[in-house]
Amino acid sequence: MSTANANSGANAPVLKLADLVGGRKPVEPPFVFSDEERHEIEHELGHYDDNRAATIEALKIVQKHRGWVPDNAIAPLGEIIGIPASDVEGVATFYNMIFRRPVGRNVIKLCDSISCFLTGYDEVREAIIRHIGVGLGQTTADNRFTLLPICCLGACDKGPVAMINDDTIGNLDPTQIPKLLEQYP
Amino acid sequence: MTAPAEIRPLTAHVAADGAPLSLKIYEATGGYRAVRKALKDMQPGDVTKTVKDANLRGRGGAGFPTGVKWGLVPMGDAAPKSKYLVCNADEMEPGTFKDRLLMESTPHQLVESMIIAGYAMQATRAYIFLRGEYVLAAKNLNAAIAEANAAGYLGQNILGSGWSMDLHVHTGAGRYICGEETALINSLEGRRANPRAKPPFPAIAGLWGKPTVVNNVETLCNVPHIINNGAEWFVGLNQGKSKDGGTKLYGVSGRAKKTGLWELPIGTTAREILEVHAGGMKDGLNLKCWLPGGASTDFLMPEHLDLAMDFDTIAKAGSRMGTGLLTVVDDKQNILSVVRNLEEFFARESCGWCTPCRDGLPWTEKLVRALERGEGQEGDIETLEQLTRFLGPGKTFCAHAPGAMEPLQSALKFFRAEFEAGIKKASAQAAA
Repeated sequence: MSTANANSGANAPVLKLADLVGGRKPVEPPFVFSDEERHEIEHELGHYDDNRAATIEALKIVQKHRGWVPDNAIAPLGEIIGIPASDVEGVATFYNMIFRRPVGRNVIKLCDSISCFLTGYDEVREAIIRHIGVGLGQTTADNRFTLLPICCLGACDKGPVAMINDDTIGNLDPTQIPKLLEQYP
Repeated sequence: MTAPAEIRPLTAHVAADGAPLSLKIYEATGGYRAVRKALKDMQPGDVTKTVKDANLRGRGGAGFPTGVKWGLVPMGDAAPKSKYLVCNADEMEPGTFKDRLLMESTPHQLVESMIIAGYAMQATRAYIFLRGEYVLAAKNLNAAIAEANAAGYLGQNILGSGWSMDLHVHTGAGRYICGEETALINSLEGRRANPRAKPPFPAIAGLWGKPTVVNNVETLCNVPHIINNGAEWFVGLNQGKSKDGGTKLYGVSGRAKKTGLWELPIGTTAREILEVHAGGMKDGLNLKCWLPGGASTDFLMPEHLDLAMDFDTIAKAGSRMGTGLLTVVDDKQNILSVVRNLEEFFARESCGWCTPCRDGLPWTEKLVRALERGEGQEGDIETLEQLTRFLGPGKTFCAHAPGAMEPLQSALKFFRAEFEAGIKKASAQAAA
């Protein structure tokens, strides 16, 4: 199975063998919010009687702009919100829709809850894995797809269901998977 | 869904293509009349009393009387200055797909409902806690809120009443446990979604320690219709089928002919829902068992189909109505695979806060998976039975693990022979 290396994201430092042997940590570029990110996060703070409540939204803003939430974004987020970095990390590792590793250009979230299970989840999952060549929790080497499991998407009458990026797609047919995924370059 | 509003108040005006109703169209169908009536002609206490008299019970699954919940909130000058109304729109109970329709198609109905509920408790701020995956619902709700703000239904001094409230959509980032009311409050505060100890109940100390009411989307959407037409009218919507009032969004998923969602009198029988509205099981399949309202409800059998789908009747049969959306299991399914799927879900979604749930659910999943593969050991069934007690009500911090035990305990009750068949016999082991 060909999976993209977890460190292959745009912002991730290059780890050299000599560094590992010498016990040196790679130097990470400092995390800097873009003006847009900072503006959006500050706007969110106004919606709550306590800034902490904007933590999840702030993480989602970073993810919207960068595709995922890099480790070195955690402390600056704590500063802008006014809470300890450990609290931001606690939240960022709790919620499954906050990505802590780079994901592909298209994220397939495949529902594996009971109604989809009864209507053909196993066959759809196998068809997707066969087509993209990686399993659940993995990203293709060309960075095109990440496949993730997700709980009930609230479209059970149309099972099996998946979300690809923001599109909810029902009545998935294993034979139509290649045609469907063609639409996501 | 073209039946008149007198019979199907929640869905009568849903457009054929499900497109959201604009403010103008919503008002033309009688929208925001109830807000005017409540804010101009009624005291907050009168609104709560009307909802209490209507016997509206929580449609999120627990069935708690909504008016009673509102009645617990401190009122008057001595009450805390900040109070919050939160709509639980974190629809994630496997097999449930009702709130999505209401939010995508009639967003103004929920906004109007929250204005009236907020007025009844004199809330200062209101939030819709919406699951992040409902992107269309978020778009339509935000558009409706912007229209309502511009029309003076939200914001400062609403319709000259002297009362002010603003309304925000807060979107989540996953995790089923956020649907638990106190975990939802923690999540809204920007914390990990671990549940809180009760008491104090949120009505006394909820969001940021202030009085907070958390109500489900469908529950709230009934409120304007109760205010417009009165408590007696609402009770009568049941057409004599139940002690509960109103209609209910019922649905069917699984391998039935016409899966879908229908607003029907509360207390409609499961048989009518499955056989008349969903057209029965697909050709060649028979009904093996069914979940009345989500993954966390006990299985019922085909002989239970004639029961009225209301909170008390389904409870008497040993299950819960839950969200009221049926998941039907056909006779081609292995019950062990079905239960394994359910327990896998609950194990993954445990928040990890208390030990019985964090450790007991993966153990449960492992045992069921072994039985599914025919690799169970002597004593596994007894261990599972013990787990249904150790993870049952009162043994864990919240209702997550007890909910996980409901399908397991009922499967053990109805399909014990299938569980026994999963145990690898000593002689077979020796032979192998």
